[in-house]
Amino acid sequence: MENKLFNVKNLSLWYGENKALNDINMEIEANKITAFIGPSGCGKSTFLRVLNRMNDLIDGVKIEGAVDFNGKDIFNDVDIMNLRQEIGMVFQKANPFPMSIYDNVAYGPRLFKKYKKAEMNDIVERALRQASLWDEIKDRLTTNGLALSGGQQQRLCLARTLATNPQVILMDEPTSALDPISTSRIEELMIDLKKDYSIVIVTHNMQQASRISDTTSFFMIDQSRCGFLVETGDTKDIFFKPRDKRTEDYISGKFG
Amino acid sequence: MRNKSIKIRKRLESSSRVFLLLCGAISVFTVILITIFIVQQGLPTFKTVPIKEFLFSTDWSPSADIPHYGVASFVVASIEVTLLSMIFALPIALSSAIYLSEFAKGRFAKILRSGIELLAGIPSIIYGLFGIAVVVPFVRNFIGGNGYSLLSASIILAIMILPTIINFSEVSIKAVPDELKAASIAMGATTWQTIYRVTVPSALSGIVSSIILALGRAIGETTAVVLVGGNAPIFSTNPIDMGRTLTMNIITDMSYAEGVHMSALFATAMLLFIFILLLNLIVVAIMRKERLDG
Repeated sequence: MENKLFNVKNLSLWYGENKALNDINMEIEANKITAFIGPSGCGKSTFLRVLNRMNDLIDGVKIEGAVDFNGKDIFNDVDIMNLRQEIGMVFQKANPFPMSIYDNVAYGPRLFKKYKKAEMNDIVERALRQASLWDEIKDRLTTNGLALSGGQQQRLCLARTLATNPQVILMDEPTSALDPISTSRIEELMIDLKKDYSIVIVTHNMQQASRISDTTSFFMIDQSRCGFLVETGDTKDIFFKPRDKRTEDYISGKFG
Repeated sequence: MRNKSIKIRKRLESSSRVFLLLCGAISVFTVILITIFIVQQGLPTFKTVPIKEFLFSTDWSPSADIPHYGVASFVVASIEVTLLSMIFALPIALSSAIYLSEFAKGRFAKILRSGIELLAGIPSIIYGLFGIAVVVPFVRNFIGGNGYSLLSASIILAIMILPTIINFSEVSIKAVPDELKAASIAMGATTWQTIYRVTVPSALSGIVSSIILALGRAIGETTAVVLVGGNAPIFSTNPIDMGRTLTMNIITDMSYAEGVHMSALFATAMLLFIFILLLNLIVVAIMRKERLDG
C-alpha cells in the first residue's frame, strides 16, 4: 500500500452533457513509469488532466468519483496550487515561455518563493542537467527559449517542470511532435528520472509504451464515445499476455 | 460563342484587378498629396520666421505690430496633454482588455464590448460638450483653476483613447496561445500570476502598439480639446492652467489668418504631421520586429 501514489475510485467525467470518462478505477504506483494507451478520443489525455486538475480550466466539466494523491482527496483536501507544484506536466507541443532559457526554468520556483541569485542559479543548473540540456545551452542561458530546436524545447519544458521538484511528472504525448533521435533522448531521460520521480505518460506510440513503461493502462471508447479503462497491468503482461480480448486486438493492430 | 465568353471573363478578371489596385492606390496617393500640400503651404513660413524661433519661442502673437510665431508652448502642451491622457487611460484600458480577453463571458461581456464600441463611435464634439458640462466643473470645484485647462483636455482625451487601447490590446492578449497559459497554470501559478508573468508579457508588443496608436489619436484630437482646454496661447506646464495645443492653435486662428500667419499654421500642421509619422513608424518597427522574432 505504501507505494500507491494515486488511487482513483469510480471516476466519471462529463463535458457538459457528454460523458467522456466512465467509472475509472486505478492505482498508480510511485517511482514507476505508467503509460496510458488506447485509440484516439478514448479519454486518456482527459484522464491525465484529472490528476493535476487541469480540467478545472474548461467550462462545464463535471467530475464524479474520487482521486487520492498520497492518501489525500485532490478535489477537497489539497490546495490546487500546491497540487500542481507537486504534479508537473509536460505537454504534447513544446510550449516554452517567450522568455530566456534561464527565466523559463526559474518560472516555477519564483511563483512560490523569492530566491537568492545563487540559490536560483543552482536550481536552474540542476533542472537543466536533469533534463540533459545543460551542456548544450550553458553558455546561452539568456537566449530566448523559443530559439531552441523542437527536441531541446521539449527538454526545456521538462527542466521547467523539474525545477519545482515535483513528485510526479505527467506527460501528454511528449514526443509525438519530435523526430526519432529527440524522442529517444526523452525516453532515456524518463528512465533516468524514474529513480526520483513518478511518471505518467500518455502515448499513441505503443512501442514507446512497451520500451519505457513499467505499468500500462489500456483505455477504449464505447458506442456513445465515452472513454473507459479496459485493464491495467505490468507492461510485459499487457503486451504479451493481455487478459482482455480487446487489449489483445488493439496491441496486435486489429483496430485503433 | 464559348470562346467569346471566356474572352469576356478574362477581360473582366484583369480589369477588376486593375480597378481594385487603383482603389488601393487612392489612399497612398492621398497621403502623398496631403504631405506635399502641407509642406508646400507651410515651408514659406521660414522665409520670414527663423525656424529656430518657430520651434523654440513661446511667443505666439500673430496680430502684434511685430508679429511673432513661436509654437514651443503648443508643442509642450500637446505632449503634456497626450502623456497625461495616457497616464489616466492606460491602467483602466489595460485592465479592461485583460478582463475582456481572460474573464468576461456571456451577456455581460457583450454589453461591455458594445459599450466600448459605442465609446469609439461618439463624435468628438459630443466629448467636448460632455467635457464642458461635467469635466470642467469637476476640475474647477475639486482641483482648482477655472476648469478650462490642459487637465480637463487630458481627461476627455483619456476617455476618447480608451477604446483604441482596449480593442487592440484585447486582440493581442487573446492571441497568446492557450498552451502557454496552460503551462503556467500547470506549474501551480494562479490565474493572476499567469496573466502578469506570461500572458501580458507575451502580448506586450501588441499592447505597446495600441498605446502608440492611441498617442497618435490623442495628439491629433482637436474639437474636443479646444472646447475644454482654455485655448490660451500662453506657456504653462501646470495642468490646471489654460493652454493651447498644436491642433487648437490651427483651428482657432485658421478662420482669419492670412499671409505669413496662415503659412505658420500650416507649419504647425507640419509639426503635428511629423509627430504622427514618428508614432506610426514606431508601430511599424514593433510589428516588423514581432514578425522577425515570431
